[in-house]
Amino acid sequence: MERLPKWADLVLVPLVSLLLAAIIAAIVIIAIGQDPWEAITVMVQGSLMDGYGWGYTLYYATSFMFTGLAVTVAFHASLFNIGGEGQAQLGGLGVALACLFLPWPHWTLALLGATFAAALFGAAWAAVPAYLQAKRGSHIVITTIMFNYIASAVLIFLLVDVLRPDGQMDPATANFPEATALPTLNQIPVFNLFFTSKVPANVTLLIALAAAFGVWALLWRTRLGYSIRAFGKSEDAARYAGINPFKITMIAMLLSGALAGMMAINNVMGEAGRLLQNSASGAGFIGIAVALMGRNHPLGVVLAAILFGFLFQGGAELGMWTKIPIEMRVVVQGLVILFTGALDVMVRMMLTRIFAAFRGGRAAKGAV
Amino acid sequence: MAHSGYAIELKGISKAFGPVQANKDISVAVPKGTIHGIIGENGAGKSTLMSILYGFYRADSGEILINGTPTTIPDSQSAIRAGIGMVFQHFKLVQNFTVLENVILGAEEGAMLARSLSKARKVLGDLSREYELDVDPDAVIEDLSVGHQQRVEILKALYRQADILILDEPTGVLTPAEADHLFRILRGLRDQGKTVILITHKLREIMETTDNVSVMRRGTMVGTVKTAETSPEELAELMVGRKVLLEVEKAPPTVGRTVLSVENLSVTDEHGVIRLKGVSFDIKAGEILGIAGVAGNGQSELLEALGGIARATGRVTLNGADLPLSGAGADGRSRRAAGIAHVPEDRQHLGLIMDFAAWENVAFGYHNAPEYQKNALFMDNDALRADTARKMERFDVRPPIPTLPAKSFSGGNQQKIVVAREIERNPDLLLIGQPTRGVDIGAIEFIHKQIVALRDAGKAILLVSVELDEIRSLSDRIAVMFDGRIMGFRDPETTDERDLGLMMAGMTGKGEAA
Repeated sequence: MERLPKWADLVLVPLVSLLLAAIIAAIVIIAIGQDPWEAITVMVQGSLMDGYGWGYTLYYATSFMFTGLAVTVAFHASLFNIGGEGQAQLGGLGVALACLFLPWPHWTLALLGATFAAALFGAAWAAVPAYLQAKRGSHIVITTIMFNYIASAVLIFLLVDVLRPDGQMDPATANFPEATALPTLNQIPVFNLFFTSKVPANVTLLIALAAAFGVWALLWRTRLGYSIRAFGKSEDAARYAGINPFKITMIAMLLSGALAGMMAINNVMGEAGRLLQNSASGAGFIGIAVALMGRNHPLGVVLAAILFGFLFQGGAELGMWTKIPIEMRVVVQGLVILFTGALDVMVRMMLTRIFAAFRGGRAAKGAV
Repeated sequence: MAHSGYAIELKGISKAFGPVQANKDISVAVPKGTIHGIIGENGAGKSTLMSILYGFYRADSGEILINGTPTTIPDSQSAIRAGIGMVFQHFKLVQNFTVLENVILGAEEGAMLARSLSKARKVLGDLSREYELDVDPDAVIEDLSVGHQQRVEILKALYRQADILILDEPTGVLTPAEADHLFRILRGLRDQGKTVILITHKLREIMETTDNVSVMRRGTMVGTVKTAETSPEELAELMVGRKVLLEVEKAPPTVGRTVLSVENLSVTDEHGVIRLKGVSFDIKAGEILGIAGVAGNGQSELLEALGGIARATGRVTLNGADLPLSGAGADGRSRRAAGIAHVPEDRQHLGLIMDFAAWENVAFGYHNAPEYQKNALFMDNDALRADTARKMERFDVRPPIPTLPAKSFSGGNQQKIVVAREIERNPDLLLIGQPTRGVDIGAIEFIHKQIVALRDAGKAILLVSVELDEIRSLSDRIAVMFDGRIMGFRDPETTDERDLGLMMAGMTGKGEAA
């Protein structure tokens, strides 16, 4: 019945949740006999204090933006797309095929072509679960999870038996042609003032930000977005309004798959320059947490993606410079997801009570 | 001291939810052995007050006296111990238990059931004889009619030795005959010395059944009067705070050509149950056809089939053109394009997206309309908000804030948003289900006027309502539905409640019965 003020709901709740996650993480670090203060110092130093650290943080964040947006679009249609991981891997396949087998004269054209291929392959991988959900009622959560495994197996087969160049040991494609290399932030004017050394974050970051804006405009400014949101709130009401449930389920999932697939231009084309096994490396799943924490709003997704980028990069630094194992970053991620995603109701209730008490106290004082 | 003439005295009860004062300094005394009505619009605070009495909420201040003794009621167990029984609007029965099992549920004595069951069987037998509460103790709840289920709820309360029985909107789901039976039971209980509190928004029930009536408005108690000394008009005025027209004013219809023609329309639901069994009727321009019937007899499916929501078979023509009943073109969008507007029975479930703002809901179903588009790509949200503000003003939606989510409006104002959206499209055919369910008296008057105005503008209207009074006062022709069929057509001028009630219960009505 009592309500939190909006600013507290949007800002304070995630901050308190994060703080709680950090406290528990600190306890865990103490429990394994390490110094939590050292840990946080190393994490911040390595990811936020210079252009080099930011270059990695933003590189990870770019991937998480795409997968977070993918979950967001599906979520507004009340579809829980767990398949971002598989869709991103298929997107990687699309990027690899486009880069390897088409002659690109310049990276801008290659980027356009690869983006299209990534979106197409990602969408195609989401299409089957979407169809099964829309026509047969097979639960999207189950089917998209299964499709992650299938994607992984398909990619291993292709990388080992089909795309691997003769004489190469590791299951990966050949290196992409030089013309398809995307400029990293240190190669882009203006950005290079801050990013002075070579960083993996690349021009894809701008595409991710544009995608976030596009998703916002789509959901809140277009008929299609209106239909998606209405369908997501109530399928029966949507049917009353003449919104076709089959169509909306398909479109929302195809968009979601396309966004997840587009992540591949960041890691496969922008960073690795070839397609490796397990290219998405968990970003598809982190997208779920990013969307949860970002409250399924593109702006929130962008901010949450940067936070997770920091955790990822900071966690890697931990493994490098301290005795704290790199797996600690999985623990910290898990805690962040737990507190911001699953337990934020608890935090909200707690804050609501504090606010109510504060307000009650003020009202009582006013009455005297 | 302990003895007084009052079963319940409430003194200065107040209860606030955050900034909302649901009950303000409420005092009321209910004499023992009477039927006491409590009426008020939605949100007047009736339910809050009764929830305080039954221990669901605790009052912020005030005093409760039961039989003259000050009593605190922190939970419903205490309420039961104090002799208060409650029959909720939505029954709280275990569907696959027998009557007997439901009655002892929560009042079992000991770990083994046999003793409680045999005791309950005896008590139930006595109660049934005493109060006309006959129910087969071994019947399973889901096999019982709604009226019988309600009797089980009353038996549950009496088995727990309730002296004070509170009934919350008890007749919403009953046929007129079942309602009459209920009132006979209530009078019987009163005559045996029990005290009955009847919460309802139906003035007629208050007038027929109660001894005294208390009127609530916006969280306050505006007055308690003897029923014999008041009139429905006075009560309505007390409830709303202004004079209200209870009767619908309408001129005789000027009927034109046939707008809607329905032949042998049938609907089978997803479980394979036939819900609508071949109904046929016509509606002409300038005519209101009212569908009477107890809820769940195929009326919803009729509306959904015509509104393009449910798949159907048969033949339907609108202005002479066939409407597809399944496959492509059998959807809400095509129906709207054809000139059919639909105010669904369940506005919260179908008619509105509760989390959407009012302006988003005004576009609902019409989000493809050209006037709401800025260009090929984007919707014109500013135009939509302006249009919503206009509609809100014309239909007196309060508060008139287009950006407020639908769930923040009262039931009546939510309904006004839906009705405004659909009627302002100036449809050839308006499908309207339960137009005033959960709507305040003041808003009922307004919505009825809008329906009549549309009919006078030469449009066809299909009205579905479980409120017989509403059907009788609005319709130019009445069809009664039972078990998916139309039992017959009646002229509202010549029929009476008994006749309609028989048809609603599946009997063929006076012509055939005689």
